[in-house]
Amino acid sequence: MYKILKAEKLNEIVYLMVVEAPMVAKHCQPGQFIIVKLDDAGERIPLTICDYDREAGTVTIVFQPIGASTEKFAKLQTGDAFEDFVGPLGCPSEFVNEDIEELKKEKILFVAGGVGTAPVYPQVKWLHEHGIDADVIVGAKTKDLVILEKEMEAVAGNLYVTTDDGSYGRSGMVTKVIDDLVAEGKTYTRCVAIGPMIMMKFCCLTTKKYDIPTIVSMNPIMVDGTGMCGACRVIVGGEVKFACVDGPEFDGHLIDWDLAMKRQQMYKTEEGRALLKEREGDTHHGGCGNCGGDE
Amino acid sequence: MGNVLEKVPVREQDPQVRATNFEEVCLGYNKEEAMEEAARCLNCKNAKCVKGCPVSINIPAFIHEVKEGNFEEAYKIIGQSSALPAVCGRVCPQESQCEGVCIRGIKGEAVSIGKLERFVADWAKENGIKPEAPAEKNGHKVAVIGSGPSGLTCAGDLAKMGYDVTIFEALHQAGGVLVYGIPEFRLPKDKVVKEEVENVKSLGVKIETNVIIGKSTTVDELLENEGFEAVFIGSGAGLPMFMGIPGEVSNGVFSANEYLTRSNLMKAFREDYDTPIVTGKKVVVVGGGNVAMDAARTALRLGAEVHVVYRRSEEELPARKEEVHHAKEEGIIFDLLTNPVEILADENGWVKGVKCVRMELGEPDASGRRRPVVIDGSEFEMEADTVIMSLGTSPNPLISSTTVGLDINRRKCIIADEENGKTSKEGVYAGGDAVTGAATVILAMGAGKAAAKGIDEFIKNKAK
Repeated sequence: MYKILKAEKLNEIVYLMVVEAPMVAKHCQPGQFIIVKLDDAGERIPLTICDYDREAGTVTIVFQPIGASTEKFAKLQTGDAFEDFVGPLGCPSEFVNEDIEELKKEKILFVAGGVGTAPVYPQVKWLHEHGIDADVIVGAKTKDLVILEKEMEAVAGNLYVTTDDGSYGRSGMVTKVIDDLVAEGKTYTRCVAIGPMIMMKFCCLTTKKYDIPTIVSMNPIMVDGTGMCGACRVIVGGEVKFACVDGPEFDGHLIDWDLAMKRQQMYKTEEGRALLKEREGDTHHGGCGNCGGDE
Repeated sequence: MGNVLEKVPVREQDPQVRATNFEEVCLGYNKEEAMEEAARCLNCKNAKCVKGCPVSINIPAFIHEVKEGNFEEAYKIIGQSSALPAVCGRVCPQESQCEGVCIRGIKGEAVSIGKLERFVADWAKENGIKPEAPAEKNGHKVAVIGSGPSGLTCAGDLAKMGYDVTIFEALHQAGGVLVYGIPEFRLPKDKVVKEEVENVKSLGVKIETNVIIGKSTTVDELLENEGFEAVFIGSGAGLPMFMGIPGEVSNGVFSANEYLTRSNLMKAFREDYDTPIVTGKKVVVVGGGNVAMDAARTALRLGAEVHVVYRRSEEELPARKEEVHHAKEEGIIFDLLTNPVEILADENGWVKGVKCVRMELGEPDASGRRRPVVIDGSEFEMEADTVIMSLGTSPNPLISSTTVGLDINRRKCIIADEENGKTSKEGVYAGGDAVTGAATVILAMGAGKAAAKGIDEFIKNKAK
């Protein structure tokens, strides 16, 4: 069992949990993810890693309930436990294995959308700890849905918060902020965009205009997470890649977004049904826990 | 007493009934049937069946005990060679191994060795008989990666020799392909697999689930920091292959691995489990191996009309005859000499059909099988809402790419000595599908067995 040392509701729809998982905490790197399963009958749900403490042996996960299983996770309290918690999975972010001195010459921009702020955080933190301050755009629908602002502020170079409805920070989509920053004379040598698929797609279209190489993190449907099932196929540069072992981070300018978004829909109807059934108190069956969806 | 030239028939669930449930197809022998079948064994002095068995079970000896009604003794004899008799009795391709060389088979039907093995294992379970734990531990630690057939066998054998063995399993449940791959109706999970895993544990083997070697930790760390003197890699077959045809990323196209994992490991076929599965109304399974049969028969039980599409003819089907026979009985439709060239999708990206071509057999190729050739102008469309690709697997690079000095071959399989499982790295042994590519449960067990011997010799020599 993997004990939940802290369970916190960050806002109406986003939850944070600190989980005891020493082996994962010891080996994980920014960019990687874990798979978690509640109980015997539960689904294997992939979630991104938001933070880790190697000494304490803990891993922090952040999620937004969107399916039957993640709805169950949301009900867990401090002291409860997950039956299974496995990782780290996927490849670390590219820069983790790059030359630090070369990296220092770069100007990196992170674009985080909604709950995607969580996986961006350990990347910005890692760079900060290696003496590199990256600019970060955090976007959310509205003020209450901005997460990890204080944490991000502590490790980012410049932090730009924006809300779709203008209730906090700048006003408008993250893509508008990218345009504005470039118009203000900022230049970036690379961009990392993580959030809902539609947001990543439009970020890539925007950065393409300015020729900024852009990495995105895919979170498709998975079962085992070790390459065995092939459910997480994405087309990158015309080639089939498995997000779990080849990714989850890919060159966003090479991704076939329309196909990826269609695949994302796969369990949508079943998921809706499952959620409905659970609300009705019926025994539910099926429903993708974390297909990412687009809110 | 029946005709001695024929096997005592084994009871099976009626095809019409079983096509709608996940209960075991074959019901096995009862005591009387087993003893009657055992009496057919000629107890050959130079028994060919033993040589036909990858783990060299003393077949005439155990069958003799069955004939006499000494089932516990029979179980002990099998236990000397095999850690998983209840599994092997069910899934071994006996017709091409022990039973294939049985002298009885020359003039009639071979002795039903597999069904007898299964009977003995099931009898032992029902009567609470466990394999005996070793008298004392020798204090040497060995790590085994993967809890599939090769890993369980290697771990079991080493534990019997007194080693302190820990198995690391990537998934949340032990058993490897026995739990995620082979369906319930061929190999019951709770009744058989769990029991066999428990038996290995009762020998003193520890199993740590949720540990992915290459990610959670590495082979090098196990050897350098965790005190293991040797490591056996039995990590299995790996990544599913796809055809590379247009439309293959459409919704509703699955690898057999995914489809079977959802149904078997995650129990998607049961209402009380959360994992979903697309059942489909008309399912096309591409491929002709045992895995294809498993996927087809699973889809059938989930309520679909199922077509197996295979590019060669019936004679070349790589699946066991018994599996093909069972599949046909249950109502699976075989579209042979047929090959998909494109998956057709609707505007939402969901599968709506498969474009296929008809094939004919030409000259034999390198594998000795006649090469299928496309018949010009034979293109046609099949209606389908689900396609399951069962084309085999390619090795998973997780371990080979994170272990310093571990050599792989051109096909990216780990290179290991067939005799003793030795790899290019000192103290590291390997066997099963990770070495051979996708093969059978029993071959993997044979490799696990050989590696256990190799590891024992390595550690003993080192101690000198």
